[in-house]
Amino acid sequence: MATINLDQLTKSYGPDEVLHHISGDINDSEFVVIVGPSGCGKSTLLRMIAGLETVTSGEISIGGKIVNEIEPADRDIAMVFQNYALYPHMSVRENMAYGLKIRKTPKDEITRRVNEAADILEIREYLDRKPRQLSGGQRQRVAMGRAIVRDPQVFLFDEPLSNLDAKLRVQMRLEIRKLQKRLGVTSIYVTHDQVEAMTLGDRLMVLNAGYVEQFDTPIELYERPASMFVAGFIGSPAMNFLTATGGDGLVILDNGTALPTRLSTSGPVIAGIRPEHLIAEPEGVLPVRVEMLEQLGANTLVHGVLDGSDIPIVASVTGIQSLPVNDVVRFTPGPDALHLFDANTERRLS
Amino acid sequence: MHPALLGLLTIVIGVSGCIGYFYGSNLLLDKVIFPARGPNIGRNINRANLIRPWLFLFPAIFALGLYLAYPVVETLRLSLTDRDAGGAFVGLQNYSQMFGEPKFWEALRNNFLWLLIVPAGATGFGLLAAQLTDRIRWGNLAKSLIFMPMAISFVGAGVIWKLVYEQRPVDVEQIGVLNAIWLGLGGAEPQTWLTIPLWNNFFLMIVLVWIQTGFAMVILSAALRGIPEETIEAAIIDGASPFQIFFKIKVPQIMGTIVVVWTTITLVVLKVFDIVFAMTNGQWETQVLANYMFDKLFRANDWGVGSASAMIIMLLVTPILVWNVRSVRKETQ
Repeated sequence: MATINLDQLTKSYGPDEVLHHISGDINDSEFVVIVGPSGCGKSTLLRMIAGLETVTSGEISIGGKIVNEIEPADRDIAMVFQNYALYPHMSVRENMAYGLKIRKTPKDEITRRVNEAADILEIREYLDRKPRQLSGGQRQRVAMGRAIVRDPQVFLFDEPLSNLDAKLRVQMRLEIRKLQKRLGVTSIYVTHDQVEAMTLGDRLMVLNAGYVEQFDTPIELYERPASMFVAGFIGSPAMNFLTATGGDGLVILDNGTALPTRLSTSGPVIAGIRPEHLIAEPEGVLPVRVEMLEQLGANTLVHGVLDGSDIPIVASVTGIQSLPVNDVVRFTPGPDALHLFDANTERRLS
Repeated sequence: MHPALLGLLTIVIGVSGCIGYFYGSNLLLDKVIFPARGPNIGRNINRANLIRPWLFLFPAIFALGLYLAYPVVETLRLSLTDRDAGGAFVGLQNYSQMFGEPKFWEALRNNFLWLLIVPAGATGFGLLAAQLTDRIRWGNLAKSLIFMPMAISFVGAGVIWKLVYEQRPVDVEQIGVLNAIWLGLGGAEPQTWLTIPLWNNFFLMIVLVWIQTGFAMVILSAALRGIPEETIEAAIIDGASPFQIFFKIKVPQIMGTIVVVWTTITLVVLKVFDIVFAMTNGQWETQVLANYMFDKLFRANDWGVGSASAMIIMLLVTPILVWNVRSVRKETQ
């Protein structure tokens, strides 16, 4: 078990800096998810922690020890790869035992640990099979088994579920979460899937174009997104953004509607409202011309534009609703539903 | 006529002949023999489709039959006849005569040595070259240089290496690289390398290893590139050393390709002729089967024993060829 500290971590490929001064402290036994869109540098960051990529500047510490110059094998980490990375010529048992064998662990100790991990992951009956004889989900379990048997200080997961089908992904997500809590191993998990990130992580590090946008708990990210990027990335469907002008205790939308807020601002601001915080009311302040409905059963997504403009608005209303398309429906933001962002810096105005 | 023009004419006639055959015979089948009209239209179409594959296969089957199957049968027949008795059937007499010749056993022994050393050497060096050139900037340049001997004919390579092994009197400057090095390292007098029994075999084998290493390297290099990068990274995190990664992770994953390369080179070795012919012509105990066959067939004009030795070579090649084809199939599945 260990803490991990990232201090002003930078990565450049030639003249291109792809990660910019990443800092953050990960507590003992914590499950941290690094999340962001493709190309934001999240995998690179994980690989730097693993030691598979060099560090351009800054420091990585694991368990209080700077590991910049330490070989991956000596960092006491285990990694689960996106494509499982099982050794195709070895049986499941050999795959799981390989790391221990290299470390010259006694034979009976290896057997004991492999069996133990196989029991935890319920893959005991596959131990003598080759990886190609297993399904995707089973391979994923073996890949995790290989990490568990090593009993490392840190688990690193690089989008381990992205090759599984949707149903299996949800199931494995829960299992990974349970396993991590049971073993209590500090874990870093990389994904581009915000639902996966929200459900798995004790805390989420949101990366965008090589910068940390926010590093906080899932609820905090949802309730108080630090930037428009986080606000748009976390939550589905994405937050509505409306340009507005700040005022004393209110903001005035471009169409003249005044929305009350606790903040006093001035100049151009962006008002963000989550679709699920829009309430349909006959007296609502936001007239939305309905363009399309998506009925999902539990809720209905109303796609439209702010009446008299082409600003897109999405609202999520509970239950199955049949609103007339092309008509105007009026919505009101719920109490405290308004997020305000600086129009220039796109940072939260709190 | 100018030879280039002649060549061009041959190509034009050949290609248009091919196109003409396929197009014309197909047309004949569809329009004249089994036309897709009339009362039997359905039956005609089915019959035409049954015949069509054979129509298209015919040229290839004919050429293979004429130039491959027929010679095998004819060689078998010749190996059972005697030229002195006017081509009379003599049973296995040619074979027993051949088995009585020490030169045949020498050729067989040498072929066996070639078989042991050249495929192993070429595959080993090829694998080494493929791995070492994999991640470096000038790797492709090195690969091109190692591959280049593949473009040289066996006879050409033989001549080049004969110069390497060249020997001049001790008081004259050595033009052979090997003797120059030998004397430079303190050797007493220049050696005629190709006349030292047993060792000279290895000097000949080096030539084929030199040629085939490029082939092995190219194939194995592609196979190495095909190994999923993640398995190597997983091994790094598992704590494997570079040697362990190479021998325990990489090599087992490309074992199928290694077998294919190995057996392919084995087939080349079994047929080896040009190098021995050009460099020693089988003298000084360097005879190999193919050169022995050539000696018998075209020098001694003894087609009986010559054909018998050809049959022996075919017998040795066939099982390896079958294995090779099977491995290739397994690889591509």
